[in-house]
Amino acid sequence: MAETEKMIFPAQLHQTADGGIVVSKLDEMINWARSNSLWPLVFGTSCCAIEMMSAADAKYDWSRFGFEVARATPRQADLIIVAGTIVMKMAPVLKRLYDQMPDPKYVIAMGACTISGGPFFYNTYSVVKGVDHVIPVDVYIPGCPPRPEALLHALITLQEKIKHETYFGKSKETGK
Amino acid sequence: MTNEELKIAVSALFPSVTYDETGEYLTVLISPAELSPLMNGLRSNGDLSFDYLFCLTAVDWKTHLTLVYHLQSKVHRHVLVVKAKITDIANPVIETVSDIWQTANFHEREVYDLFGITFTRHPDMRRILLDESWEGYPLRKNYVDENMIEI
Repeated sequence: MAETEKMIFPAQLHQTADGGIVVSKLDEMINWARSNSLWPLVFGTSCCAIEMMSAADAKYDWSRFGFEVARATPRQADLIIVAGTIVMKMAPVLKRLYDQMPDPKYVIAMGACTISGGPFFYNTYSVVKGVDHVIPVDVYIPGCPPRPEALLHALITLQEKIKHETYFGKSKETGK
Repeated sequence: MTNEELKIAVSALFPSVTYDETGEYLTVLISPAELSPLMNGLRSNGDLSFDYLFCLTAVDWKTHLTLVYHLQSKVHRHVLVVKAKITDIANPVIETVSDIWQTANFHEREVYDLFGITFTRHPDMRRILLDESWEGYPLRKNYVDENMIEI
């Protein structure tokens, strides 16, 4: 097997007379499958969502990496991309959506508003100053708004994170 | 009608009001007590027929509050601004105009939500944007928010 293919598929192929035997770890196999079919929740609260939609379109096409199955219900999603400002009134709704998602679940904080409140950090009564006050965040993307490439980078970063998790039991690295 | 003609027409109906002519639109300055009869007259008078309230908001001047109404006539194509001065900062109250212009219903709820001005006779006087449990009125100058970082 070529070097590049080894990186994509976490297994070793042993040639035999009748074909071959694949040797791998169950965790690595499952994580390989999980990380390549992340189903994001359809969730966007402002301009970052426009960039998120761009990442889904033909030009950037996030389905190349397995993110195209966007779900309109949290019960079928395992990733929430928080794309946009979260206000005090939205925060309990976001929390509820997150709670309704089945484990294992992941959160990407997209853009300045979701990281810290961004342009609404000062002198604002209504904006949550960082979505990590409400739900735990796996990957942060800076930018106002971040480009679709940045979102793709974040999604690939999340894939890397998932690949290092231990599915049976708790992760050594994240404790999730 | 031009601003000059509007002034003459409004004065004929309501001699007691004063004017501010510094802006683009003719501005009628009144006290809250004069609001209801004035607004009814502006709407129903055939030469004025202000049938469209396109903006309703408030301003907090610390010493007093001002209600600002922007009116337009779709028939005559003229615009008039009405400003009502509320001096009772602690308990600001003014009459509703939602019976004259339906759109004022939501606008007045927003003003109530963010400025704490109560509109009497309003059919549904409760917050419209913020949580029902929200304390205080964020656009008031004396609003205190411990979570707010000021710069």
